[in-house]
Amino acid sequence: MAVPASIPAGKTDMKILLVEDDTEAARYIVKGLNEAGHACDHAGNGESGLEMAGAGGYDVAIIDRMLPKLGGLDLVVSMRESGDTTPVLILSALGEVDDRVTGLRAGGDDYLAKPYAFSELLARVETLARRGNGAATADVRLTVGDLVLDRLSRKVTREGQQIMLQPREFRLLEYLMRHAGQVVTRTMLLEGVWDYHFDPQTNVIDVHISRLRGKIDKDFDAPLLHTVRGAGYVLREPE
Amino acid sequence: MTQTTHGLFRSAAFRLSLFYLAVFAAFAGALIAYMAWSTRVILANETRETIAAETRGLAEQYATDGIQRLVEAVAKRSQGPANALYLISSFSGESITGNIAYLPLETLKAEGYQRVPYRHTGDASDITREAEVRVFRLTGGFVLVVGRDIAERVAVERILWRAGVFAVLLTLMLAVAGGIFVRMRILKPIDAMSDTARAIMSGDLSNRVALSGSSDEFDRLGESLNAMLARIEALVRGMREVTDNVAHDLKTPLTRMKARAEDALRAIETGKGLDEDAQRQVLEDTIREADDLIAVFSALLAIARAEAGEGAGNDRIELGALVADAAELYEPAAEDAGVKLSASSTGEVFVAANKALLARAVSNLIENAITHGRRDGGGEVGIHTARNGRFGELTVADNGPGISPEDRKRVLDRFVRLEASRSRPGSGLGLSLANAVARLHNGELELNDNSPGLRVTMRLPLAEAGGRDGEGKGIGG
Repeated sequence: MAVPASIPAGKTDMKILLVEDDTEAARYIVKGLNEAGHACDHAGNGESGLEMAGAGGYDVAIIDRMLPKLGGLDLVVSMRESGDTTPVLILSALGEVDDRVTGLRAGGDDYLAKPYAFSELLARVETLARRGNGAATADVRLTVGDLVLDRLSRKVTREGQQIMLQPREFRLLEYLMRHAGQVVTRTMLLEGVWDYHFDPQTNVIDVHISRLRGKIDKDFDAPLLHTVRGAGYVLREPE
Repeated sequence: MTQTTHGLFRSAAFRLSLFYLAVFAAFAGALIAYMAWSTRVILANETRETIAAETRGLAEQYATDGIQRLVEAVAKRSQGPANALYLISSFSGESITGNIAYLPLETLKAEGYQRVPYRHTGDASDITREAEVRVFRLTGGFVLVVGRDIAERVAVERILWRAGVFAVLLTLMLAVAGGIFVRMRILKPIDAMSDTARAIMSGDLSNRVALSGSSDEFDRLGESLNAMLARIEALVRGMREVTDNVAHDLKTPLTRMKARAEDALRAIETGKGLDEDAQRQVLEDTIREADDLIAVFSALLAIARAEAGEGAGNDRIELGALVADAAELYEPAAEDAGVKLSASSTGEVFVAANKALLARAVSNLIENAITHGRRDGGGEVGIHTARNGRFGELTVADNGPGISPEDRKRVLDRFVRLEASRSRPGSGLGLSLANAVARLHNGELELNDNSPGLRVTMRLPLAEAGGRDGEGKGIGG
């Protein structure tokens, strides 16, 4: 079964490890994560980061790429070598595609270039935590409320009525349903659905979302696809 | 003038010619000295041999015929050429016969060859000549002196000495002349070049090396330098333009941001306060503007990297598919903006490029066409891919106001946004980035008139068959 879609974003009470040498940035992230209901431990350099990661028990680790004593990528490599599978989000000022590739090859699960919006960080951390908790992404049928998506027959129905979607709309909805209940940012959609790793200057994603909304929500009472101001979108079951 | 003289001695070429001068002068001097020495030796030996032969002859005559016959023979010989000298004296030193009027007294006491002053019998008492003589003691206490005047020999030696000095002086003069020639011919153009360099360093970028028009090595060097200087000037000028534009494009939003924050702060301080919606609006606007600034920086960095030759990829990309993806992404947004976006292709075209960069460049071209290429009533943007010779060609055409021919080259520069479009959104870097990406992959970007509208053509070299498959890379796009 899919992860119950009723769990709203920000209430999963995760335990997060933050390894970041910039104390100002760290303070801001810890505060934000605490406000979102997560516990967060902070390490100021790579060595103590590795020590704390070794103690275990973290749902997600956020690791800056440039760290004193032990570099971020080396830290991730060490974690992976010791069998630690905690999902890792790498933060970096280096945002080019090649930098992403090296970050992910080192064992990172996601890569976020500075400067980023906190909402982006939070959305990605929560997504990673789900993935780490063994969210079943291989399910054939995805269900959110009365919306059902069948990945084999590529059919989408709501209240039993079939909804016709373009191939890309299908992939967009599939992505949203796999991340049901979580805030999904525009950047995450661009990466996950279009495989684009830069931000277009125009609101291309918003228009795609509004079209999708027109198909899955317009003729039904309870809306499923919501806009989260300043962050992105969330697809969730009506309360 | 002191500067020039000073400069003359400090010039490497002049010092080199001075060195050669010294070598040649030493050589010429040594040659002449050797010649003089050997001539002197030869002449001295000749004189001595003559003297020895005569002395032998006269001594034999004395031995066979006695003093009387010897005196007669010497007296007779004394009448001969003036340079042959003879003297017979008694053991007491009194002259018996001969043509030598005076000899230093100690000469007769010594024996063998000597170089001595003498006076000829025909001379006035104040004349002194020089001779090489041999003093020979005969049995019976007589002394025979045979000699040769060496005035000629001394003259030859003097001539040789003078020739030596003259040769050295001539060498010196030639060397100085050579040095000056070298300076005129070689140092002058080099000095002119350093003067140009100094002028440029002091800020006059328009300075160029003067050419002599002889198309020699220096002219060719000067031409290359001038070409390089022109390129540098263009780059610096471009840089300045970029700086000006950065100042404008970054300062304007920064100023707006600051003004907005100050405004909000003032509202709070004056007690008027802001309601929650107004606060939210201020913060959201600030964040949006920060995002725009970040986008500008990110585009600038991407352009700088591409222009520095970084990130040229070798993914095998089907242009049609890449364009179809991009068009599919932008189509709804275009429709919202009243622009009909369509993509078409003539056959499959595979190019070799960095897929992520190319996708970004294509997105920029499409965004640019949607933003600027429409008229009030809406617009049409057509993207087409095709093969053209050795190139894959991607054309983005709109029917907007277009760009005048004189502006077309300029808009490819960083930050150049035509005045008419400055008010519209966008970093003004889209075309520059596309241009940089095309050039990074040995391609080109061309702007043409779509009458009406703008047609942007990006050409990229075709991929060789069997290149890496961009689709398989997973990360990219």
